[in-house]
Amino acid sequence: MTRNSLILHVTILAAGIAAPLLFPGLVFQFAMLWIMILFALTWDTLGGQMGYNSLGNILFFGVGMYACAIVQIGMFYDVAEYTAAFGAIKVDFTDQQYYMGIALGLVFAAVAAFVVAAALSWVLLGLRGPYFAIGTLGAALAAAELTGAWDYVGGGGGLSMPVFPGEPGARSLFFYSLCMATSIACYFFLRWLYGTRFGLALNAIRDDEDKAEAMGLHTTRYKMVAWSISAFFLGIVGGLFGNMTGFIEPLEVAYPTLTFGIFMVAMTLLGGKGTLWGPIIGATLFHVVKEVTWTYLLGWQWIALGLLIIVNVVYFQQGIMGWMREKWPERFGLVVDTRATISRREDAQ
Amino acid sequence: MWSNVEILTAAPVFIVQLLLNGVLIGAVFALAAYGLALVWGVTNVKNLAQGDFVMMGGYLGYTFSNFGLHPILTIFPVAAVMFLYGWIIYKLVINRVIQRELFTSLLATFGLAIVMQQGMNLIFGPEVLTADSGFKTRTLFDGLVTVTDIRMISFVLCGLLALALVLFMKRSRMGQAIRATAQDARAARVMGIDTEKVYAFTFSLNSAICGVAGVLISMIWVLQPFYGIAYSVRAFVIVTAAGLGNLPGVIIMALGLGSIEQFSGFILGAQFQQATVVCLLLIVLIWRRLLLQRHRQVLQ
Repeated sequence: MTRNSLILHVTILAAGIAAPLLFPGLVFQFAMLWIMILFALTWDTLGGQMGYNSLGNILFFGVGMYACAIVQIGMFYDVAEYTAAFGAIKVDFTDQQYYMGIALGLVFAAVAAFVVAAALSWVLLGLRGPYFAIGTLGAALAAAELTGAWDYVGGGGGLSMPVFPGEPGARSLFFYSLCMATSIACYFFLRWLYGTRFGLALNAIRDDEDKAEAMGLHTTRYKMVAWSISAFFLGIVGGLFGNMTGFIEPLEVAYPTLTFGIFMVAMTLLGGKGTLWGPIIGATLFHVVKEVTWTYLLGWQWIALGLLIIVNVVYFQQGIMGWMREKWPERFGLVVDTRATISRREDAQ
Repeated sequence: MWSNVEILTAAPVFIVQLLLNGVLIGAVFALAAYGLALVWGVTNVKNLAQGDFVMMGGYLGYTFSNFGLHPILTIFPVAAVMFLYGWIIYKLVINRVIQRELFTSLLATFGLAIVMQQGMNLIFGPEVLTADSGFKTRTLFDGLVTVTDIRMISFVLCGLLALALVLFMKRSRMGQAIRATAQDARAARVMGIDTEKVYAFTFSLNSAICGVAGVLISMIWVLQPFYGIAYSVRAFVIVTAAGLGNLPGVIIMALGLGSIEQFSGFILGAQFQQATVVCLLLIVLIWRRLLLQRHRQVLQ
């Protein structure tokens, strides 16, 4: 880590710790910012680094959310009875029960999302290009529909999460710090991962999968592990988000394919896919602009989102990081051979 | 669920009813799927906004019929307006993504789908609408099977439109140019075909076909701004299963899909209709994948 990069990391960490203390009213929004950053980072693992553009990664978010809820409630109550009563049964946990439940629930959420991703990868990762995108979109839509029909977890009616045993201020700080810790852990893990042979293998798959396979890489195995890793983090954050909202249901909260599922893609493209910092910049910019302007757009916000995607994809595909890399290549350690560029220009003329 | 299966085995006449409904609605799916396959084959753009073009056509027809035009007659102005709309969208968005990697066009049309469905939601509201065509309902088999006349008429219209399209593709200069471009765009360009114009025309034609399908949907079924994605998924299911450039396959798959949806809606319950469509998409993808895996090929 160079000195500049160390300063940058420490500044972000300090800002992350200071933000909820300086603006106590916005803690939920700050927590959402960390979640958005994690969304973009995990989407980029496949979409940017590996070239597999998924439209349905939100599936693992929902799986984690439901897995966490089932463990939290199921440890002390019968889940089927609880959901059948539609809130008539009040869960009453002691502090110890609650924290134990959420800790186990998050672990189980991560494992469940990991397992679902590994199982689905056999089906979906054999598809390429547009079929993969449409297949994952179909999987996410199907998961929402099927969960809505599953009475054990309350079906389309949803279920209420256990109530946090402390004060409201402590509650938001508790979840904020968990979201922040998860995102930071995810960042450092991916940063390390992209530097290893594994990261190189992912890039090789993106550049030419058939050649990578011919060179002896077990591409299917790499794809499966990469997808399961992003699912792992999405599962944790899904469990956290379920507890933050306090009430979960399939269409709007757990599997919001057309909101969070699309935000992931839009944020990564905005920041520049295939880079480590692109998703973070894109997510921060997108989330801040969205939170500030969303309520003033009066129903036009979704049209603005769609237009943003179109304009971004059609006219600004390299994203912010890609644009900066073109503008100042030397800052990114790229050497521009002036003579080669000049002679190529002359050739073109 | 099993009780519904027992109803079917006890009274096979219900099977007739479901099949009839499925086939009559499936004909409209065939139109949307044919348009998707056309654009896919010629420009290699996978239009994820296909269903929203259908919905837009339906809403346009609904608007025209509010001005006193009979819903069936709105087909002509809707086709014209949608053709123009397709041309504009092509010039603004599609022609900039045609040469790029595949995901670009997919995502651009997905953004377009969001804009279109939200726009319709703002203009027409989220309520479910139906254009009243004023035709009677017939009963067959002593009143056990009911068919509305408008469904029969829409089926016939779909057939006529398909016939017209086939003739257009085979006989007219533009149709021949479209087929030539689909086979080999570079060779077509060498032969003096303005492929840029062919692309624009193909996309606009698809838009017009979707518009007509939308008008028919507005009379025989319902319109809702967010139902578009279901039609996109249906079109993808049909085209993926049938393959590109396979018109008989598209028709058979579309009628089959319509029937399967009716049966699952009856047996599992109406809330499973959308789930059936998406699950069918996954099943078709897995099936194609298994077929290709034998030759160590992938679906791409």
